[in-house]
Amino acid sequence: MGMNRRDFLTLAAGAGAVATLPAPAIAKESETRVLRFVPQANLPNLDPVWGTQYVVRNASLLVYDTLFGLSSNLEPKPQMCAGYETSADGRVWTFRLRDGLYFHDKEPVRSVDVVASLKRWMARDAMGQVLKDRLDALEVVNDKQFRVQLQKPFPKLLLALAKPMPNIAVVMPERIANSDPFKQVAEYIGSGPMRFRRDEWVPGSRAVFERFSDYVPREETGDWLAGGKRMELDRIEWQVIPDAATAAAALQSGEVDWWETPIADLVPLLRANGKLRVEIADNLGNIGILRFNHLYPPFNDVRVRRAVAMVVSQDDYMHAVVGSDDALWRPMPSIFTPGTPLYTEAGGEILKGPRHWEEAKRLLAEAGYNGEKIVMLVATDIGITKGQSDVTADLLKRLGMNVDYVATDWGTVGARRAKQDPPSAGGWHIFHTWLAGLDCTTPATNIALRANGRKAWFGWPSSELIQTLIGQWYDAPDLAAERWVAADLNKAAMDFLPYIPTGFFLAYQAWRNNVSGIVKAPFPVFWGVRKQ
Amino acid sequence: MLGYVFRRIVTTIPVMAVVALLVFSLLYIAPGDPAAVIAGDQASPEQIAHIRASLGLDRPFLVRFVDWVWRILQGDLGTSIFTNLPVSHMIAQRIEPTLSLMVLTLLLSVVIAIPMGVMAAAKQGTWIDRVIMVLAVLGFSTPVFVIGYVLAYVFALQLSWLPVQGYTPLADGFWPFLQNLILPAFTLGGIYIALIARITRTSMLEVLSQDYVRTARAKGLGFGTVLFVHALKNAAVPITTVIGLGVALLIGGAVVTESVFAIPGLGRLTVDAILRRDYPVIQGVVLLFSFAYVLVNLIVDLLYTVFDPRIRY
Repeated sequence: MGMNRRDFLTLAAGAGAVATLPAPAIAKESETRVLRFVPQANLPNLDPVWGTQYVVRNASLLVYDTLFGLSSNLEPKPQMCAGYETSADGRVWTFRLRDGLYFHDKEPVRSVDVVASLKRWMARDAMGQVLKDRLDALEVVNDKQFRVQLQKPFPKLLLALAKPMPNIAVVMPERIANSDPFKQVAEYIGSGPMRFRRDEWVPGSRAVFERFSDYVPREETGDWLAGGKRMELDRIEWQVIPDAATAAAALQSGEVDWWETPIADLVPLLRANGKLRVEIADNLGNIGILRFNHLYPPFNDVRVRRAVAMVVSQDDYMHAVVGSDDALWRPMPSIFTPGTPLYTEAGGEILKGPRHWEEAKRLLAEAGYNGEKIVMLVATDIGITKGQSDVTADLLKRLGMNVDYVATDWGTVGARRAKQDPPSAGGWHIFHTWLAGLDCTTPATNIALRANGRKAWFGWPSSELIQTLIGQWYDAPDLAAERWVAADLNKAAMDFLPYIPTGFFLAYQAWRNNVSGIVKAPFPVFWGVRKQ
Repeated sequence: MLGYVFRRIVTTIPVMAVVALLVFSLLYIAPGDPAAVIAGDQASPEQIAHIRASLGLDRPFLVRFVDWVWRILQGDLGTSIFTNLPVSHMIAQRIEPTLSLMVLTLLLSVVIAIPMGVMAAAKQGTWIDRVIMVLAVLGFSTPVFVIGYVLAYVFALQLSWLPVQGYTPLADGFWPFLQNLILPAFTLGGIYIALIARITRTSMLEVLSQDYVRTARAKGLGFGTVLFVHALKNAAVPITTVIGLGVALLIGGAVVTESVFAIPGLGRLTVDAILRRDYPVIQGVVLLFSFAYVLVNLIVDLLYTVFDPRIRY
């Protein structure tokens, strides 16, 4: 049987029609169940106990579950736990796991998994280490219950278990959690609402999460990490797009649905596009900091640190960080995040009002500064650190200081700032970075505040008063008591200056109009997000 | 010939050994510490030291180097510090996009640049020659990322003909594969086209002044036959050399192009690894690039004999 050109075309068109007619409906249906998300950075691994990058934390919140979850009013609420009982003296806590918890390998979650996971977490996390120091025993009662016995009460126990600040207390299967906390786990198996598709993972490019069909969300409404984590999506594809202009173009063309961190420069362009929404990502924002090395002159002398603080203009710093959009920043003479329960400006006068240049110069001379080189590490590949560093370099020069501006990349700054050698022998005097606002909601999670000398965060400040006050906060029984301690702590910090806060700033997130349910949070919250 | 190929392959061994030593030494003395990056902002110096020890980064240079070489001799490029994945697996994931981009760029460049160069030489001094040379200067002097952004803006954002970014494997269909690579290939090819076109023109001008070309014309052969059959073959040796040397340009350009178009290739893998100080990945990728470069040079040397029978090894 022969076939002429017309027959062939008719058949081809018919076949095409048959093949394509029902397809759009099916394609549309499946398309709305897949969300394409551009994360803030490449996902290098999925071990939130071993790796502390925020991007690791954000992905881990999808895959792993926690015993307690932080709500948007910063309160720990039960998540994997059904409930708990506390002894009258506050030294024995018995926790009960809720029903229906399964790992992604279909094994049930048992107390033995929880205990092993907590032990691994305690070896790495600062709050975990405080808990470990107070621990008498951490033991399995039965498959559903475990017990924490303490030498002394630890009122912040639930916060420690709920906090999403790295390192987070995620629950892994016992066989995985029993590994060395200083080595990355070999398998990424959690019990969260999405499972990680390791077979589709291309580090630096793509990470895929698929809905875990056996996940049973809590009954309550989802609120950050608390309540029911109800997934309206079957698949979330993280697409790493390192170039901001490319990410903006991909969002505009509909190749991606949600961009976590659009840069401020591109926001007007995105806002002009009627198919996109651009909003503040997180009301807790970020806090810029100027960190001193407290081990060596001249910044081991509090008078020199105060001289710098007297001339710091947070206005200048924030304009260097966020540009001319004044809605994106506010001053903060405090170590706590503005708008959160512990925020106080007590003792913050040194950062307020007119700047005192003459007094600062006099203080500098009194401290004996005589033109020695000030080694400032500047990560020029990160706009926030570069902007702050430029302001500081100018400020120090105007104060009469001799600045050695070491322009390098963040990888080098990360390594060099860990060196406790003298600045003339490969060490440093100053570097800039920023802290997530969420981390500065409590003294325990603000790493830059710790002042336990050479065991403290880079810069190694040493202040018994600050350490005592942090300890008092741990023992504060309620919010009122915490606020008293916070006021004292702020005064102590503004007097001793372990670091100088350079201002509070916000960032945007952007998504396409057909996506709904995106909330403001310090991390992307995917449950409740829908795509039409 | 086979003896020559064998000898050349054998000589790559000391070259690769020197490359290995250089790469390892440079990374050893370069500032940066993957342990500090892994540990993150929360870490204390003690924790960083613990991680450094667990990664074996606190061992002496020689011990680490010998260990690394020994594993390479066994075919093991090591494991990424950050992802815990074998370096060979990460390279295998990334090699297809980079190879596809480079091959397509090479094809486009040769197909576009050689006729351009031949025409410029044939029409020397005319407006055609000048236009081609102006385009070549533009190709040389416009940064790769500028070409990339302009092409993406016009063809992806404004006209919606092609995607802005990403990569589709060949296994998922030829057209989707090509759609993702057209803009990057033109972006990366800009400088390469300019280079080949200029060399082709110069080489052709030299050949076109030879007696045998005049003889061919006198015999009444057609314009195209003289240019492309008689002249071009004799001008091919320097062109082939430049195409071979240009592979290094392509490797360099691929890093930028892959970033602009978010292609998950070896270029981006290298940049990410350098920024994080993921030593095993950097070492593996640089070794691979070096080997590829040595191999391309060998192929170019062998091609000389095809284009010019007088060359014998």
